[in-house]
Amino acid sequence: MHEKTLAELSQALRSKAISSVELTQHYLKRIEQFDGALNSYITVTPELALEQARTADARIAAGDAGPLTGIALAHKDLFCTQGVRTSCGSKMLDNFIAPYESTVTQRFIDAGTVMLGKTNMDEFAMGSSNESSFYGPVRNPWNSEHVPGGSSGGSAAAVAARLCAAATGTDTGGSIRQPAGFTALTGLKPTYGRVSRWGMIAYASSLDQGGPMARNAEDCALLLQAMAGFDPKDSTSVDAPVPDYSASLNDSLKGLRIGLPKEYFSAGLDSATAAAIEAAVKQFQALGAEIKEISLPNAELAIPAYYVIAPAEASSNLSRFDGVRFGYRCDNPADLTDLYTRSRGEGFGAEVKRRILVGTYALSAGYYDAYYLKAQKIRRLIKNDFMAAYEQVDAILCPTSPTPAFRIGEKIDDPVSLYLTDIYTITANLAGVPGIALPAGFANGLPIGMQLLGPYFSEARLLNIAHQYQQHTDWHTRAPAGY
Amino acid sequence: MAFDRSDVEKIAHLARIAISEDEIPATTAKLSGILSLIDQMQAVDTTGIEPLAHPLETTQRLRPDSVTEQNQRDAYQAIAPATEAGLYLVPKVIE
Repeated sequence: MHEKTLAELSQALRSKAISSVELTQHYLKRIEQFDGALNSYITVTPELALEQARTADARIAAGDAGPLTGIALAHKDLFCTQGVRTSCGSKMLDNFIAPYESTVTQRFIDAGTVMLGKTNMDEFAMGSSNESSFYGPVRNPWNSEHVPGGSSGGSAAAVAARLCAAATGTDTGGSIRQPAGFTALTGLKPTYGRVSRWGMIAYASSLDQGGPMARNAEDCALLLQAMAGFDPKDSTSVDAPVPDYSASLNDSLKGLRIGLPKEYFSAGLDSATAAAIEAAVKQFQALGAEIKEISLPNAELAIPAYYVIAPAEASSNLSRFDGVRFGYRCDNPADLTDLYTRSRGEGFGAEVKRRILVGTYALSAGYYDAYYLKAQKIRRLIKNDFMAAYEQVDAILCPTSPTPAFRIGEKIDDPVSLYLTDIYTITANLAGVPGIALPAGFANGLPIGMQLLGPYFSEARLLNIAHQYQQHTDWHTRAPAGY
Repeated sequence: MAFDRSDVEKIAHLARIAISEDEIPATTAKLSGILSLIDQMQAVDTTGIEPLAHPLETTQRLRPDSVTEQNQRDAYQAIAPATEAGLYLVPKVIE
């Protein structure tokens, strides 16, 4: 059953070839068999999953099923799920049973999906390797010595190892696209405001965006259909119509203009990755696309600007963790200040503390103009680069990361070297434009990811381009050995 | 610019994060590394560029000033570290 894609499972469920209870039991068995070594789930919810599966089977029997009814998913442990621990990968929230449901997970409940459990992640989504999780690193199913990427590393590993049909992720600086690239998945970061942030534990609110992680673009289209849309509970949710994402998957790519940003193909790019993108370019040309070189001249400023904006917003968002209302509280606080400082000092991990400190500094009196305001001006330059590019092309093609997945431990002692791995993904978050990552090849058994970026609200077109590529290549159909 | 020990102590105080004596040297070194990465921004001339706070440059929506939420105190306090009579408990502030 787990060989099937989400779209195939959807057909099998609705034709009653399989039941949702059978599918759910199958995945639960696989999680038990494989996840001890992989560590992709923080919490598995078998009882809830089987209850939801029975409800889904009843809906299917009653003829009240949508395309996702009965499909077994996993959710990143950053989406609040009522009555289920929502840890955000942190000791701070190890005891946090969410008292309400996020909009994204509620929409999936309404669509009739089953939640198998909550997936591992970098603590508070701060990381690119899933090594900053309080619950330990996740292993890459393609090679257990390597990271699965981050911060949605648990979701990536769980989908790649076929321990769920698909999963949710969130992307603040590349946290859907980079792990999708490291594990041969297709993952989409929507336009900022397309998917509700309500009930997502905030990291950097002007950048955070939830999205699907699945085996191919067709599956991502089905998932995004359920996730996208206006939500009055999210103050930055965009009230714009949601197109039928599956309807345009088979559109022709004839006349499509694809841009290659020359800044993304310079020094530092691994040669196998460059070769894979070159082969993809040929494939797109064969499908009728026209390729142009473009320029994103301020791209190299994205990382410095991001590491001001994201930590600044994080330092503000994470001030709510004070040991008073929920989450971790230190033992025997001497006074109120001791309660705050030790609860935060003991409850947060090293990377989260570093980012809070950087953000606190950037926002502190006397430094605001030099850091936060400067970064927001650079953010404007980066957005302008994209707007100029989209006057010449319909989509931008580039790698997701400079190299395939690196080894566990390789970058753990050098935060700056880890930050630099997000060089190709961060610009889309700063500009708020959508991007889709998909597999483009393999090197030494490890997947190579590429991404397509588009103008605001071009998700349907990006899914169409990715789907057409996947009709003519088979990278996305490959599964890691042993699972 | 690089951080020194007193900078780190000051920022940690502002952020209300306790940092142990053992952690200070490594934290200082790593924050200095991050700061030099961030400082690459200073080389760019941004005169006349408007800051961008929100990618789509929309403003916050307003909603009618009407009650939409019910009292959920019991549910929210069920997950609090310490409560009594509907109140959150903290160490004594006023002697």
